Amino acid sequence: MEDLIILYNLLLHTLLFHSAVAVAVAVSVASLFGEIYPPRSFRRLPKTLFLTLTLNLQWTVMSEMTSRTADILRVSSHREVYEPCDDSFALVDALLADQTNLINHDPKVCMEIGCGSGYVITSLILLLKEKLPNVHYIATDTNQIAARVTNETLQAHGVSAEVVCTDIASCLEKRLAGLVDVMVVNPPYVPTPEYEVGMEGIASAWAGGENGRSVIDRVLPVVDRLLSEKGWFYLVTLTSNYPSEICLGMRKRGYASRIVVQRSTEEENLIILKFWRDKDEEGVDKETSSESFVKQFSRSLSSFMEKQWR
Amino acid sequence: MRLIMHNMLTCNIKGVINKSPLRIEAEKVIKKEVDFNPDFLRHMLAKIEWKALVDGARSMGYTELPVHAPGIESDEPFLRKFHHALLELNLEEGSLVCQESGRKFPVNKGVPNMLLHEKEV
Repeated sequence: MEDLIILYNLLLHTLLFHSAVAVAVAVSVASLFGEIYPPRSFRRLPKTLFLTLTLNLQWTVMSEMTSRTADILRVSSHREVYEPCDDSFALVDALLADQTNLINHDPKVCMEIGCGSGYVITSLILLLKEKLPNVHYIATDTNQIAARVTNETLQAHGVSAEVVCTDIASCLEKRLAGLVDVMVVNPPYVPTPEYEVGMEGIASAWAGGENGRSVIDRVLPVVDRLLSEKGWFYLVTLTSNYPSEICLGMRKRGYASRIVVQRSTEEENLIILKFWRDKDEEGVDKETSSESFVKQFSRSLSSFMEKQWR
Repeated sequence: MRLIMHNMLTCNIKGVINKSPLRIEAEKVIKKEVDFNPDFLRHMLAKIEWKALVDGARSMGYTELPVHAPGIESDEPFLRKFHHALLELNLEEGSLVCQESGRKFPVNKGVPNMLLHEKEV
């Protein structure tokens, strides 16, 4: 039986061409056939230890090969469509950080508003699909070309979602009200003059008007209508968007919030927020916030300010 | 665009009262197999507008769906037909037509374009 396992390992590792594992394989083969002379120390190692080693290595290789997020090389692109950037990566990192919670949450419908290249929705699908194979995904974008590019990205990764070209979610609000369990939004958040908001083409991907809030402020009530009772909402913001104000506004609608990821790049101070309806007591897989969002913001804002002053 | 999505779409033109369902004018339909999951289907059954699904499926060339959805006892043969209509028929090219205003929303490469013109908002 043990010998069969070693042979099985040999086959698998040969197929995977993993160099570190090849060593373990070679030694396993040696112990099996006893013809090549392994170093004396190896001969002393019990066979079971070998088995454990090779099986562990095999497991590591296999799990690393299963991609948890979209492959940037397989994300489709077009000159009029926003390419994944720091904000997209930060959002996906936030989802990754929350992966176990998301899986335990067992969402049935997940949605992205403003899917762009499709990088985020594809990543969300990839990190949920193994444990939750029957989730319904929806993605919207105002840019027709972005909708097409999202479809190409989804196809390139062997996954699918319903992609619709619409303004935020205007053609879906009525029928999807109260049904969305996970909502993900990376809005146009850059502070720009108002006239730049909603212009045709790629600029609509970043132009956010005054304080970068024009589109965000239109999205929030839509999200509130679409989210289910247990709905979770992830939003990308900059410090320039006054995220504490956003959180206070959502608080009035009955949502608690916390910062999931915070990232300072050369150009932007990104804050990825998570919102959930906060009526119940904390449960096992529900959100727990050990400190109020005001304290969190004071702390993070003061550390940002320190960096600026240096 | 699959019928699971079509069932959720409404026409949001200002003044239109009968917002859904949208009539399908199919030009190109592709069938893509999807894993059969009875739990998911039973979960969706309550949320689907049945007549819209039947009419939509007919426009895409599938006529096997019963006119009325069965009550609590949904057996496997029915679920298989439901599964096929809801998830495996893809409208690649065509239009979605608002029954009241006549406005056509194009569907290209599987993506419906529901954007409204300024005057329609």
